[in-house]
Amino acid sequence: MRNLWRWIVAGLVLRLSKKREVHREVDLPADPGAETWTAALLFAAALAGLAFVAIYAFDDADTQLLGLSIAAALALIAAALILAAVRVVPQETLEEERPRFADPYRDEENREDAVEGAALSFREGTDGVTRRRLLGAAGAAAGVGLGAAALAPLASLGPAVGDRLAASPWKAGVHLVDENDLPVKASDLEVGSFLTAFAKGADKGELATPLVVVRVKPEELELPAERADWAPEGILAFSKICTHAQCAISLFRYPLFAERSPGPALVCPCHYSTFDVLDGGERIFGPAVRPLPQLPLRIEAGELVAAGPLSGAVGASWSRVREEG
Amino acid sequence: MTTRRVFRFLDSRTGGGSVLGKALRYVFPDHWTFLFGEIAMYTFLILVATGTYLALFYEPSTAQVVYHGAYAPLRGQEMSTAYASAVDLSFEVQAGLLIRQVHHWAADVFLAAITVHLMRIFFTGAFRKPRDVNYYVGLTMLVLAVVEGYVGYSLLDDLLSGMGLAIGNAVALSVPVIGGQLGSLIWGGRFPGAPNFFGRLFFVHVFVLPILIATLMAVHLVLIATPRHTQFRGRGRGERNVLGTPMWPAYALRSLGLFFATTAVLFALGGLVQINPIWQWGPYEPWLGTNGAQPDWYLGWLIGALRLMPSFDVVIGNYTLVPNPFWGGVAFPGLIFGFLYLWPTIERRWTGDRRAHNLLDRPRDNPTRTAVGAAVFSLVATVFFAGAADRAFVQFGVPYEDQLWGYRALTVLAPIVVFFLTRALARRLRESGAHPARDSGARLVERPGAISRPTSGRS
Repeated sequence: MRNLWRWIVAGLVLRLSKKREVHREVDLPADPGAETWTAALLFAAALAGLAFVAIYAFDDADTQLLGLSIAAALALIAAALILAAVRVVPQETLEEERPRFADPYRDEENREDAVEGAALSFREGTDGVTRRRLLGAAGAAAGVGLGAAALAPLASLGPAVGDRLAASPWKAGVHLVDENDLPVKASDLEVGSFLTAFAKGADKGELATPLVVVRVKPEELELPAERADWAPEGILAFSKICTHAQCAISLFRYPLFAERSPGPALVCPCHYSTFDVLDGGERIFGPAVRPLPQLPLRIEAGELVAAGPLSGAVGASWSRVREEG
Repeated sequence: MTTRRVFRFLDSRTGGGSVLGKALRYVFPDHWTFLFGEIAMYTFLILVATGTYLALFYEPSTAQVVYHGAYAPLRGQEMSTAYASAVDLSFEVQAGLLIRQVHHWAADVFLAAITVHLMRIFFTGAFRKPRDVNYYVGLTMLVLAVVEGYVGYSLLDDLLSGMGLAIGNAVALSVPVIGGQLGSLIWGGRFPGAPNFFGRLFFVHVFVLPILIATLMAVHLVLIATPRHTQFRGRGRGERNVLGTPMWPAYALRSLGLFFATTAVLFALGGLVQINPIWQWGPYEPWLGTNGAQPDWYLGWLIGALRLMPSFDVVIGNYTLVPNPFWGGVAFPGLIFGFLYLWPTIERRWTGDRRAHNLLDRPRDNPTRTAVGAAVFSLVATVFFAGAADRAFVQFGVPYEDQLWGYRALTVLAPIVVFFLTRALARRLRESGAHPARDSGARLVERPGAISRPTSGRS
């Protein structure tokens, strides 16, 4: 048994390391050292590959070790190939003539002949056809008809655009609730703080549902006359979705020292559109154009309740956004 | 003997023997700048391989589930099936995180390699006839690759990808006249979209776009090989010939070496350098947002454009013709890609040079083209850095508002200054004949043992 094994190994080694006769008239590098190194690198790569399998087989395989082992296997193969490319195989520079079509300096007559020939073959194919224009027009019509038929089902992808705007859960009497559906109370907010609120019973994932509610000092407010009673006790509610690109307004800037800092504002973290809180959500900085829609509030038994619908369309602008708002 | 038997087997059944013989002697001119395209191609293969693995675990569904997996901080939280499957893939699938991170790194390297490759093509005039058609094919692949990357990282439904989709929806809505309907069609209604929206995204990401890119890549390769490679000027090199290393064996081994080296780097990155740890961002909901959000690098120029744009819509009466996100999200990239698509035509008209070119220009050989390219690049780079102004504020404390005005000024000034500076520099270099690398004390190294064996007329 042991002898048999020896014979197999010896045969394998002989077979693998058999030198091949070469008859070529190029400079052959003949660098046996490089060949040995190449083989060694490839064997090492095999080991690294097996190491990856071994690490993988562990119960809680470490991502770093997995990455290292397979990267090592790949890098060793890369090294072997590059070594073989520059030290083992013949180094030669070949010259090749380019195909003639790309040759601007030769006589272009032959090329022109080829083009003419192709054009002629194309025309000859329809020799004997009398009413070409009619057939051409009919073919074009068929193409247009079929094209229209092929594109029409694309309309099934989405509802008509008009359906999507009216949807807003906010109207007079709707209660504001927090993420756990508990009512939002006026006492939840201190001056300078803010929170996220939703329409009671509405789908929180709907774009018009979430609000950002903030509290400022009532005497700071500079609301327009028609919104004078929208912010009881200095509490204001706005749509939380930025009118520029629909990110959630998740930054509230409240000055700790009013003389030196800019006024209270809501800021969108995506493109830093900034909305003035005191005057009812007008844009003061950044790329947004429309103001943040404001929700009129009233306080019933300490809880916040909508006193009417939002003041404008929620979300990003589109062609008819200003008609709805 | 075996080789001959295999070749005979193939040739007697396909008649491909002569083609194979020619392919083995195909000549690749040696220049390091030619490798970026190869890196892009190899990275694409890695993306397909790793992506196939990921697709076996990912579930494109917005159905809400409560998380009970291995990552303790998220336990008990409600999230979409898509996000949960991506978190599970990262923590509970053996080697899943490695493959996911390799996929993400490969996407970033893919776009980087294409971009640098495009710059090589542009600045050396390789886009000229007869390769202009292939240049358009390549540009189209770049556009598709950017979209593919965006759709890919949107699939995870983590907080950052959700914010990215919200912005994408706003950009779709901002297209004049048809925008509202366009957004409604793609998302299946109002943002955040119909329940099957993620199924659509997934199909586009793993089928539609990869097949388009792969098809264009095949066309790209055929159109490279048909007129043969371009080459720089040099001894024995002309418009009619091409001088270089034959495909077999030296080039094939080198190129295969490059493939394995690229793959090794990507797997080392995927194993050692964390990228997009979605479990830290948490699941997305439309009412959640975070400060300091940044997209992958290849979308940095678009977030910069959206942020830089002054606040105005084009409004006629009550009709909003052009909502603001259109400028940064559509018009700006449209302008840049429009320039790139039109440049071969512009240059041909303006120079009157309609000949075919197989020899490459060095950037200095055509100072005006180089200056125009550098100016456009400086514009994109300025907008790109403007997209990171909030991070610069955190790092260096320069007020965001001041930076924004500075960048707005730079978008006008930088291209002008860069244009004249580059043109003057290129002209001076061309006249002096100096070589920037040589004059700096570096040496050009010639590989030993190179011999020339002309084969013209044989193939």
